[in-house]
Amino acid sequence: MIKLQHIERVFLVGEEEVHALRDVDFSASGGEYIAIMGPSGSGKSTLLNILGLLDRPDGGTYELDNIMTTSLDDKKQANVRRHKIGFVFQFFHLVPRLTAEQNVELPLVLAGVDKTERKKRVLETLESFGIGDRVHHRPDQLSGGQRQRVAIARATIMKPTVILADEPTGNLDRASGNDVVDILEELNSQGITLIMVTHDPELGERAKRRIKMVDGRIEGDTATQS
Amino acid sequence: MQARDIVFFSMQATTASRGRTILTLLAMAIGVSSVILLISLGDSGRRYVIDQFASLGTNLLIVIPGRSETIGGPPPLLGETPRDLTLDDAIALTQSTAIRRVAPIIAGSAPVSVKQLEREMVVLGSSSDLLEIRHLEMNQGRFLPPGDLDRGGNVCVIGSKGRKELFGNQQALGKWLRIGDRRFRVIGVLADTGVSLGEDMGEVVIIPVATAQSLFNKVSLFRIVVEASNEDAIGRAKKAILSIIRARHEGEDDITVITQDAILATFDKIFRALTLTVGGIAAISLVVAGIMIMNIMLVAVSNRHSEIGLLKALGAPRTQIMGLFLTESALLSITGAFLGFLLAYSAMKLLAGFLPEYNLALAPWSPVMASGLALGTGIIFGVLPARRASLLEPALALSRR
Repeated sequence: MIKLQHIERVFLVGEEEVHALRDVDFSASGGEYIAIMGPSGSGKSTLLNILGLLDRPDGGTYELDNIMTTSLDDKKQANVRRHKIGFVFQFFHLVPRLTAEQNVELPLVLAGVDKTERKKRVLETLESFGIGDRVHHRPDQLSGGQRQRVAIARATIMKPTVILADEPTGNLDRASGNDVVDILEELNSQGITLIMVTHDPELGERAKRRIKMVDGRIEGDTATQS
Repeated sequence: MQARDIVFFSMQATTASRGRTILTLLAMAIGVSSVILLISLGDSGRRYVIDQFASLGTNLLIVIPGRSETIGGPPPLLGETPRDLTLDDAIALTQSTAIRRVAPIIAGSAPVSVKQLEREMVVLGSSSDLLEIRHLEMNQGRFLPPGDLDRGGNVCVIGSKGRKELFGNQQALGKWLRIGDRRFRVIGVLADTGVSLGEDMGEVVIIPVATAQSLFNKVSLFRIVVEASNEDAIGRAKKAILSIIRARHEGEDDITVITQDAILATFDKIFRALTLTVGGIAAISLVVAGIMIMNIMLVAVSNRHSEIGLLKALGAPRTQIMGLFLTESALLSITGAFLGFLLAYSAMKLLAGFLPEYNLALAPWSPVMASGLALGTGIIFGVLPARRASLLEPALALSRR
């Protein structure tokens, strides 16, 4: 379902070329639970960005659900992001002026879904994440765990096939971090592919498949070792 | 994305930074209101002058002695002319079917006195037709009696202001006054019609033209005022005047005929040009407001990097981001334009209260034009920030907090 081949990503820092990704080959099938681990600067976030079509590789190809995404234009890429990918960020990235409901509604609004339909889906989703009573609160009135739950609700509202989580617990205390991971794993058990970048070895251990990155290369992959 | 949602989203974004938004709206409102106000003032001025000219009479032609050449030779600045316009010329003009009324005019200034009171006043020598031609109205008594133009009489009609100054509260009708060394009986007082075109009919004394000729000791007329029989006849009347006078002046075109239409059209043109110039100057403030909008939008784009990145992550293509930000600047400018219109409207009401005689009003098309301009500036100056927002790299925009 996900197939990366010879992915290269080079950043120019000053006059120096930094290879964030070097010849990365990676594939995953539907419903997998993958943790991407490695020290900072190893390229794991870059890899996640490329998987999420937030970044374009300088070389190589990326196939998602049999779509060759690397050759798509901006509009079609946006469409793929909209329908196939859900993002969960370390800093939540909720829009501060919008309520929890409006934040979750945002992907539906962008997609032009009708208002009554939107309302129904948003309330259902918030309800199922246990924050049905926080519908009209703005992000600054929510706790960290609640914010991340709103963010996950937003990531899943379009029923994506992949959830990409970048350090989803990095900004949370242990208890709410565990809650959030529980929710993500629950989603995974429903068949959504979960790819998570994390520093935390304990969190990494929970994943069924672990990928270790060093210096822009995949150094270890539990799927190929076994 | 549905249009209603776009507007709602943008509106929320603008109200989030209230202070900046209010200042920008203020700038836009001032720009728009000054454009509307200045254009409307120019337009009101135009209408005022046109009305003034129209109040002089309708379908008028004015015959002036002397030829103003359009090519070569100096214009007759001093009114020097080889041949005078005479009373007989004026009488001859009445023969044309295109001409309804003719009033010869001799103008001069002379001391007018009642007992010891003496004032220097404008004395007009004319005929009974002047009443109709100039749309004058009587307050008391009657106007100059009709009859042969070359038969004068020692009667006069005075303006309301002159009456007050010479006679005070006393009855003026039937009394005698002295102009120069002659005595005249007051047979009528003009109604107060106000100042028209700087000529205050309240301060004149009107006497029969033949009497004026002997009073001022000259036979040549100052001018002849002619009323065409109707609007369509103005052209014919002009031709008739020229040919009649030419025949009487031994084949020489030594007069100038000015039609009221031509004067009106000229003033109309001048005032329109003036209005556009003033409006153009005011439009500079719109540009300033536009730059403010650009500025606030650029700030918004850099403040909302992560939001833009997020929108992209949620599946918004570049065009959508661009649309959202353009809508935001358009909303700012439209609201500003609306406030500006209200501002201009109330300022105009206030001004009209102070200056009722000028009949001030907003030009009917100025709100349309101003809001068009405002929307134009809003969108033009919104393009750069919107483009910048749409071109942000999502990964980069999201990594910065």
